Amino acid sequence: MMQSRGVQIWVGLLVIAGMAALLMLAMKVSNIRVFSAENGYAVSANFENIGGLKVRSPVTMAGVVVGRVSEIGFDSEIYEAVVTMNIDPRYDNLPEDTSASIFTSGLLGEQYIGLEAGGAESYLHDGDRIQLTQSAIVLEKLIGQFLVSQADK
Amino acid sequence: MMDFLQRLGATALGVTERIGRGHLFLLYVLGGFPGLLPRFGLVIKQIYASGVLSLLIIAVSGLFVGMVLALQGYNTLVDFGATESLGVVVALSLVRELGPVVGALLFAGRAGSALTAEIGLMKATEQLSAMEMMAVNPLHRVVAPRLLGGIIAMPLLAAILSAVGIIGGYLVAVGLLGVDEGAFWSQMQAKVDLFDDVASGVIKSVVFGFVVTWIALFEGYDAVPTSEGVSRATTRTVVHASLAVLALNFILTALMFGDD
Amino acid sequence: MPEAWVRIRGLRYARGEQVIFEGVDMDIPRGRLTAIMGPSGTGKTTLLRLIGGQLHADAGTVEVAGENVAALRSKALYRLRKRMGMLFQNGALLTDLSVFDNVAFPLREHTRLPERMIRDLVLMKLHAVGLRGARELMPAQLSGGMARRVALARAIALDPQMVLFDEPFTGQDPISLGVLVSLLRSLTDALGLTSVVVSHDVQESLSIADYVYVISEGRVVEHGTPEALRQSTSPWVQQFLQGQSDGPVPFHYPAPDYRADLLADDRP
Repeated sequence: MMQSRGVQIWVGLLVIAGMAALLMLAMKVSNIRVFSAENGYAVSANFENIGGLKVRSPVTMAGVVVGRVSEIGFDSEIYEAVVTMNIDPRYDNLPEDTSASIFTSGLLGEQYIGLEAGGAESYLHDGDRIQLTQSAIVLEKLIGQFLVSQADK
Repeated sequence: MMDFLQRLGATALGVTERIGRGHLFLLYVLGGFPGLLPRFGLVIKQIYASGVLSLLIIAVSGLFVGMVLALQGYNTLVDFGATESLGVVVALSLVRELGPVVGALLFAGRAGSALTAEIGLMKATEQLSAMEMMAVNPLHRVVAPRLLGGIIAMPLLAAILSAVGIIGGYLVAVGLLGVDEGAFWSQMQAKVDLFDDVASGVIKSVVFGFVVTWIALFEGYDAVPTSEGVSRATTRTVVHASLAVLALNFILTALMFGDD
Repeated sequence: MPEAWVRIRGLRYARGEQVIFEGVDMDIPRGRLTAIMGPSGTGKTTLLRLIGGQLHADAGTVEVAGENVAALRSKALYRLRKRMGMLFQNGALLTDLSVFDNVAFPLREHTRLPERMIRDLVLMKLHAVGLRGARELMPAQLSGGMARRVALARAIALDPQMVLFDEPFTGQDPISLGVLVSLLRSLTDALGLTSVVVSHDVQESLSIADYVYVISEGRVVEHGTPEALRQSTSPWVQQFLQGQSDGPVPFHYPAPDYRADLLADDRP
């Protein structure tokens, strides 16, 4: 079936525009630089309480995103949360005694893991566990403690 | 009372019959898809008819939707001092919901009604019958390329609507309201996820393109072959397709974003 | 008389409560022009659709080229349809294709001929109906008679053995009527077609037909050659052929007695 050239050109334009729009959504609007499980390395950490942490929450170091939470599990023997993080392979020189804390961005923002480098000579490897952790600050708990301490006075 | 019950039963039977007919129709049409591969020119013609001809209304609507989102979002966010999140609000609303949904509603009005009228008139003027007598299956030759064209065109249109909308939101937010440009884009990039948000928006628009085109084609094919019947079928297309899009959107949203 | 190409036996067809055909027997001879005549609304078009396999009889059989149309599976039915052409009342040209593409449509759908050969074939068919010069026009630009001639060219594009004509003469001015009448006759003879013309235009049909069936109220009322029909003693056939306003088919729709009706007391 013969097609007029005009039709083909217009459809080509539509497809190009659509693809360009998708590309813009992918590159400019969303975070395409997500680390897939294959090219990062996994590090786990135990927390007493993870608060509102979710899978895909960011993992930062000095405010820079270095990885994402890949899995959240529960250790039923010690009753603690086990958080597995996927760290960008570019950052393969995190000291072994790095500590992990759960912070909140802003007062009501979402929660993320902040890493702080220690001073050890050897580095963290795939499958290692971060020993030093600090749990999420749960606002209700904090208020409760504050009220109790006020009552004690 | 008996009369009422009788009429109710007859209506229910009629609706059930139409649902059955519509699905059988779809089955026959899908049977024509393999035959389209060597003759993709037929599909290109339909992408032109339903996609390119809807482009202008989609792009203009997207621009205005994005601009309004930025204005309204700013008014709310400014109370919390969180205007740098404006980019997130605009982008998430567009990519997840408004791009696919508004796109599909416009598509139903622009391309869907045209498809119904076209098929209905082909039926009324015996063109479909003539094809059958020429040993050409009109479901394969006429309907199948239109369905595939709609399925291909809709996600492209929805992506264009979202992208243009985000640009519109950017123009209002940064140009008019003085939101910081860096914060607008970086917050957006931090919160919008390629798979969770962009990909699910694309999936939605594929489903909507399929359903709207299917309804439009079936209404045309099932229309009473008179000018009155065709005009009624065209109205039904817009009403039914819009309702189907909104209802399906709820279901898809619940499935995709429900367990977070 | 040559063998029958279409053989209809004991045909019964009803649409809902309304019985359209009841016990119709018909033999349509091969290579001849057969006219089927009858008043409007006697289901003449329905008969063509039954022959083409678009509708199925409730009882009885419709055989085309020795095959029972209703029993054919869709593949075999499509194979049979490639051997027939049908001319619809309004031409039924595909509105989004030009005249040339309309005639080329069956060739492109059913053959893998190179485009050059398709062009030659299409121009030959268009030449046969005298519209070779109109190949670039769109259907919307054609007059009714021209559209019917294009449709005729399309119907014979695959060189069928039989062509069904649905009311080819209605609503034509005298010139295009004359063109169509002579085209029908000359194409039937030149291509050895089995032509079936359904019509209620008595004079045109009688002038070109080899054999005529007259149907009314679901039955064959009379059949024979045009000469035999003109001699028919049936008053109904005579009324139909002469076009008299009153006769066995009364001028008045059944109604109570005129005088009694006027004097009736149920006026509001």
